[in-house]
Amino acid sequence: MIAIEFILAGMLAAATPFLLAALGELVAERSGVLNLGVEGMMAFGAAAAFITVYNGAGHIPAFVIGGICGLLLALFFAFVTLGLHANQVATGLAIGILGLGLSAYFGKPYESFTVSGLEKISVPGLADIPVIGGLFTQDIVVWLSLVFTVALWYVLTRTKLGLLLKAVGENPHAADAIGYPVQLIRLGAVAFGGFMAGIAGAYASTVYTPLWADGMIAGRGWIAVALVVFGTWMVGRVFLGACLFGAVSLGGIAAQTVGLAIPSQILTSLPYIVTIVVLGIISSNRRLLRLNGIASLGEPFEKQS
Amino acid sequence: MTEPLLSLRGVTKSFGPVQANSGIDLDVAYGAIHAILGENGAGKSTLMKLIYGVETPDEGDIYWRGERFDVTSPAAARRLGVGMVFQHFSLFETLTVVENVSLLVPGSKKELTERIVKLGAEFGLEVDPLAHVHALSVGERQRVEIIRCLLADPKLLILDEPTSVLPPQSVELLFDTLRRLSETGVSILFISHKLEEIRSICSHATILRAGRVTGNVTPKDFDAHELAKMMIGRDMPDLAPAQAVNTGPIHLDLSNVTLPSNDPFGVSLEDISLEVRGGEILGIAGVSGNGQSELAAVISGETILPRGANGRLSMMGKDVRPLSPAARRNLGFAFVPEDRLGQGAVPQLSLVKNSILTAHGKGMVRRGMIHRTRAAEFTETCIKANDVRTPGASAEAGSLSGGNLQKFIIGRELMLEPQLLFLNQPTWGVDIGAATAIRKRLIELRNAGCAILIISEELEELFELSDYMQVLNEGHLSGRFKTSDTVPEDIGRAMIGAVEAAQ
Amino acid sequence: MTSLALPKLVRRERASFKVLVAAPFVALAIAALSNLLLYLAIGVDPLAVFKAMLIDPFTSYFSFSEILLKAGPLLLIAQGLAIGFRAKVFNIGAEGQFVLGAIFASAIPVYSPQASGIWLWPTMLVLGALGGLLWASITAFWRVRLNANEILVSLMLSFVALQLLNYLLLGPWKDPMGFNFPQSVMFPFDALLPTLLPGTRVNISILIALAVAILAWVFTQRSFAGYRLEVGGLAPNAARYAGFSQNGAIWISLLIGGAAAGLAGAAEVSGPVGQLQRSISTGYGYAAIIVAYLGGLHPIGIVFSAFLMATLYIGGDNAMVSAGLPIAAVNVFQGSLLLAYLIAVTFVRSKLVWPQRRTVEMARP
Repeated sequence: MIAIEFILAGMLAAATPFLLAALGELVAERSGVLNLGVEGMMAFGAAAAFITVYNGAGHIPAFVIGGICGLLLALFFAFVTLGLHANQVATGLAIGILGLGLSAYFGKPYESFTVSGLEKISVPGLADIPVIGGLFTQDIVVWLSLVFTVALWYVLTRTKLGLLLKAVGENPHAADAIGYPVQLIRLGAVAFGGFMAGIAGAYASTVYTPLWADGMIAGRGWIAVALVVFGTWMVGRVFLGACLFGAVSLGGIAAQTVGLAIPSQILTSLPYIVTIVVLGIISSNRRLLRLNGIASLGEPFEKQS
Repeated sequence: MTEPLLSLRGVTKSFGPVQANSGIDLDVAYGAIHAILGENGAGKSTLMKLIYGVETPDEGDIYWRGERFDVTSPAAARRLGVGMVFQHFSLFETLTVVENVSLLVPGSKKELTERIVKLGAEFGLEVDPLAHVHALSVGERQRVEIIRCLLADPKLLILDEPTSVLPPQSVELLFDTLRRLSETGVSILFISHKLEEIRSICSHATILRAGRVTGNVTPKDFDAHELAKMMIGRDMPDLAPAQAVNTGPIHLDLSNVTLPSNDPFGVSLEDISLEVRGGEILGIAGVSGNGQSELAAVISGETILPRGANGRLSMMGKDVRPLSPAARRNLGFAFVPEDRLGQGAVPQLSLVKNSILTAHGKGMVRRGMIHRTRAAEFTETCIKANDVRTPGASAEAGSLSGGNLQKFIIGRELMLEPQLLFLNQPTWGVDIGAATAIRKRLIELRNAGCAILIISEELEELFELSDYMQVLNEGHLSGRFKTSDTVPEDIGRAMIGAVEAAQ
Repeated sequence: MTSLALPKLVRRERASFKVLVAAPFVALAIAALSNLLLYLAIGVDPLAVFKAMLIDPFTSYFSFSEILLKAGPLLLIAQGLAIGFRAKVFNIGAEGQFVLGAIFASAIPVYSPQASGIWLWPTMLVLGALGGLLWASITAFWRVRLNANEILVSLMLSFVALQLLNYLLLGPWKDPMGFNFPQSVMFPFDALLPTLLPGTRVNISILIALAVAILAWVFTQRSFAGYRLEVGGLAPNAARYAGFSQNGAIWISLLIGGAAAGLAGAAEVSGPVGQLQRSISTGYGYAAIIVAYLGGLHPIGIVFSAFLMATLYIGGDNAMVSAGLPIAAVNVFQGSLLLAYLIAVTFVRSKLVWPQRRTVEMARP
């Protein structure tokens, strides 16, 4: 019971880095661009945000700077893949390595330093309910992320912009033929994805575990990429997936609090193993992937003459 | 009539060394149905893209109602009042009809839904506004394209080869719609290479050859033969007439093949039966998207029928259901696929390496290693025997023109000395010279006793080549028509599923 | 007309071999120049860095020998990965396969520390290759049977492999006499690879790596199996049309990549390290991705790029000591090198054309 209470209370905060990065990647992928540099963008954003907070500038500038750092890497990614039609997989890996390197490079002097996180805000009344009450005591970023998730769902499913994004991802040549600027739309989507990855990193390093350690992103960017597949490119399902991973990543600590003697390495591996298993289950439903998938994902767009 | 709606003066466009359009002059009158006539590669599509703003001309001017305009984008063209129906539709399969429309026409979903229904009734373009496009037939998709254009209230409507995707009966319906439109004052640019159609509907025709205008005529004043001569610059070549041959044993036999589609956007094959004997050509007619690619994959072995699926499939008398394409080739089967670049050939590889693709069984592999001189000799022979224009055997396949690459692929497959040859859209996008050469080879081959199966969208081609025809419609294959006893209308009825053919 | 003077990217008639050869050098120059700014940003003298990174490694016999030592595993892993990348099978989990190779090879000395005989190290190498192969086969199974993306699965498995290594070293495989350090027993003499250059740590694994490079050349450039993989990577529909099995290509690619990485892992524990430690996972598996691309995915190119990357590693160590550069600078350099290469290599098939301004004046009404 204590374990469940513990997981419920912490799940949303643990899910937030996954959620923000995955929603950004979802938008990029919907436009047809596979950005595998999320891990690096998160790491770079995390380092930049941590340095900002550590030097006394506060959380708002930190999130902005973290986001911008993710954005810069994304623009670079866009230049190489959209501008020069380079292979998206290889470029994403390169950006990932570069981002991780940059975070370690600039973060070096701050290794193991800590900052203070953000206060939690409770929903009056709801927060006092036994067992699930913890769900209603969260920091402001978590609350805003929930609002953002709903807003993004609305934009993608109910507005012309969402329709256009889907159209470009499905058939860029048709979108081009009827006069939409395919490359510009993709650039926007990729830039948005990079900004979100940077913010996700900023949350991880300045709020969720407010300390800097090299490698602290620990594959969360990659799991975010996997989450987009789990969610079959739909906002609601990505949100549920992020919550699952939030819960799984707390599972280890929860198990220890109730005194289960599981080697810590198994608990640390749990999110990765869950990723592998769920990825297998979802992907084996080829029909589902084909129905919801992005037809032009990863294909460079070149005008036909 | 004072001034034309649209005028082009000296319009020129090149892509690298290729001059697609050169010094084009064109006048389209108000309310005219104006044909642009030319064979594949004559520059028709480029010209339309220039008018619609997809491409911008290198030289020359475009005038709209007498004033000069730079049409820099499709959006700019639409603002002028130009609408375009693309040959390969620019629709989004995962979206609904009304969503597709809303990407081009402003207005709320509800409002657009009403307008689609109203316009559909007015011009004979009925379609369900809430249906997903992937669930629509090819003809319905074309209606959606036209509706989408009409909702923007165009003054000029461009249709790129609109009849190539329609069965003959639907062509009449389309023409009816176009006539009604032109009566309301809309001008129509009608791109085609089908002469009879142009004679029946168009008031003017501009003829293009190799990127230049070679004639401006009133099509009703000329017969098809004369138009053809203007189009290709010489007389239409004649084919060697098919000789009656004694047909041989059954080389391909499909009975009751059923394959439910795994792909939500694909077509399921239902109860397909056909047979081809040595020395005969069977043509499969039908509009693309009715199961052609699925059927082709089943026959070639690219799709292996799952164990539970119904149906028999044998070649040269042997059951080939579990066999891979390579194993079927070993039995004397050869296949020319629809997609030349990326399926029939690897664009980035040399012709030599492309020979190995299917002809590796011809002594090109020894103890797991590639015998490169053998492959090179094979390729040289293939290039010479089939008049493939290329700088050499080491040229990349992607650098060849469509017609030359098709000659290479067909040549390669013929060098496998097949007893059963299967071709999917053999002359699609190929210029007339190469197409004639290809058809001639096929007739020779048939006369030599080979069994040939052809899937084609070009009804004329099938009437010219095949001894028997069957029609594929929504995954069903009709019975057999004997070509000599059949008229296009019979095939047309089967194409819309209206009739089960008589044997 | 708004005549933006942006150049247009135009496809070349045929691939330019000159650009292909020049690309890695251009990339190296671009990466060096852009990283220079980073060194200035934290107040490190860039000249000192370049001297330490690119020149010092060649000035002493010892540091040159260290380059050879580092080049071995990079070369091995990259040759395996390149075969997969050419077939568009993106195994990026070589790090995990490397770790599993090290674990499998260590099993013999861990379970029988007294083992001896000349069969010992060869058996360990074979076992290591098998370990990497088995670990990669999980990814292959997931991709072929479950349709799961091999990039994500292979990478996640690397994270898991690292935890497995930690578990073994903190638990059952910990050296009982090792003062509680997370490491295995020291390996007996016969478990160690014979030294190649006297007085250095260079062992015969570099020869094995070069032999693998020759095999890789034969495989990719001359064999029918290699041809089938190449077709599958360039045009999957053409491979299907020809009857080349796609699943087979995935299996072969991943198994070769896994075995090569596992072999490298085994050679690492029975070579310079001499025991199983946590520090054997230093990112060779990720660096090898860069090596593979930088070598143009060609077995001969990879030989050169492996030596270049090894030089960067040794040079990075030098620069850390002599110029005070954070060690992460090496990762930054690697990332920017790969990016610069990917940019440069797009010009093999394309070229930039500056548009001619149209002379026609505007005539909008």
